[in-house]
Amino acid sequence: MAVTPYETIRERTRARDRSLTEKVMSFEEAAALVKDGDHVALGGCTLSRTPIAAIWALIRAGRKDLVLSRSITSNEGDLAYVSGLSSHIMTSWFAQGIVWGLSKVMRAYTESGRAEFEEWSHMAMGLRYRAGAMGVPFMPARSMMGSNVLDRVAGTKEMDCPFTGERLLLLPALNPDVALIHVQRCDAYGNAQIDGLQFMDIDIAMAANRVIITTERIVSNDQIRRAPDQTKIPFFTVDAVVEAPYGSAPHECYGVYEPFFNELDAYAKITATEGEEGVRKYLDRCFYEPEDWAGYLSHIGVADILDAAKRGRRVYDD
Amino acid sequence: MTTDLATPPADTKPYTKSQLLTISASRVLEDGQIVFAGIGITLLAATLAQRTHAPGLTILFEGGVIGPFIQPGELPPSTNEQRCTRRANMLVPITDVLLLLQRGYVDIGFMGGAQIDRYGNLNSSYIGDPDMPKTRLPGTGGGNDIASLAEIIVATKHEKRRFVEKVDFVTSPGFIDGGDSRARCGLPYGGVKKVVTDLALLGFDPDTKLMRIDALQPGVTAEEVQDNTGFDLVIPDDVPIAEAPTATELAILENLDPERLYTH
Repeated sequence: MAVTPYETIRERTRARDRSLTEKVMSFEEAAALVKDGDHVALGGCTLSRTPIAAIWALIRAGRKDLVLSRSITSNEGDLAYVSGLSSHIMTSWFAQGIVWGLSKVMRAYTESGRAEFEEWSHMAMGLRYRAGAMGVPFMPARSMMGSNVLDRVAGTKEMDCPFTGERLLLLPALNPDVALIHVQRCDAYGNAQIDGLQFMDIDIAMAANRVIITTERIVSNDQIRRAPDQTKIPFFTVDAVVEAPYGSAPHECYGVYEPFFNELDAYAKITATEGEEGVRKYLDRCFYEPEDWAGYLSHIGVADILDAAKRGRRVYDD
Repeated sequence: MTTDLATPPADTKPYTKSQLLTISASRVLEDGQIVFAGIGITLLAATLAQRTHAPGLTILFEGGVIGPFIQPGELPPSTNEQRCTRRANMLVPITDVLLLLQRGYVDIGFMGGAQIDRYGNLNSSYIGDPDMPKTRLPGTGGGNDIASLAEIIVATKHEKRRFVEKVDFVTSPGFIDGGDSRARCGLPYGGVKKVVTDLALLGFDPDTKLMRIDALQPGVTAEEVQDNTGFDLVIPDDVPIAEAPTATELAILENLDPERLYTH
């Protein structure tokens, strides 16, 4: 993926509405901000604060051929491949999670060449977003050199440092078309507060040309202003705010719910026994057929939601 | 669940291969070190070290966690969930915790890997030809960064299919082609400090960077180690025997992983 020219980045930013205006919208309206073929960066990491609700909305809207990028990719990557949402994922690691082993679906798609898993080191993904966030075309780094990971990616350069003469790797900036980020709290203007682990979300929001926030709760601007140090993403980078309670389920949202282990075990069983056909049925049942987000959550069930929420709140116990 | 028993000397408690591996790995860690841990055996080993000889050891998780203490029985499913943050000193973005490696604050990175070769290079990306892989593995995660920027300890079961002459793909660099090739690639620091297995503790020849037996696990011979390795190991004339797991170490480990998710 080529580095976006600086002039383009500045022009696009200049053209965006950066005023303190309300941006609350429906899942469907937010999905309309994403075009087929866009580069869409996903916030969170592995099983944490994954923007599942936004991905759910994009798959339902029939978006195709996105390039997805994320720090680490869990089973949302399977869903993207099988639904056609994306056949190109840039990430550092891709499987449901260590405890469930390899993703049979990822394997089937990538080993047959039907989809691409473009592998960068974790820090390289982070520095690429950071370069994008900083408005510079690259970041120098001291990893990936000497490995075959470097041989298989395009767009990097090695250079001798003009100050010290040391060998450095230059990582090309990523400026995603869209960032999807799930948070605990956000106001109607897009001031997003994140509790706990931040992952790469702040850099992704700063680097992207459009940002869609899904949030456990929409809170008042007064509440945001009472604890502005908790605001991690400022309103002027945000284009859409969607209220999505349990919006990362079956993954976790720090302090609100832990992973839904029953659901994740069940999903792992589906992929292990039925492979991509099983995922297709899962998509029908949980993504395409439900009337709305509440319908999706009904498939997970009240008992599991209560259990995950009870475990989630435990971070606040002494 | 089948239990994979190692063969301890007659006067000690029985232990599994995974327990042996975890305990041996924990002993390589030193008090006061800053250690990048993964999930499973590496986390258990670092936590065990904290509870035995290294109370001042600091754990880092690549999810952005500085100095947590893990709750027994509540092991995190990856390095990126809230369970990783228990009693942490600080939470930072992923990129910033990884940059601590580049800045030089990290003493040890703790790694696994599907394949390791005679120079300590690790593969967690592809089995077979990367263009037409037999198996596409999950990839580097932070492994490449950790191995590029810090000294690493590799903890793995000792199997011929894992210890290969040349890895199919270098995901995380060890000593590359041996000698000074690592530094020439732009990696002046780090390298593989120790490979800990259920059969032996292995190091690397200081000049050639070829893998060498440093110590044998109790009841294991050098021939057995060589037979389970897909390349010729450097075998010194006198190889010491490592101390068997103690009852205290085993008891702490049982408490940390009561369901034996990682130490079966």
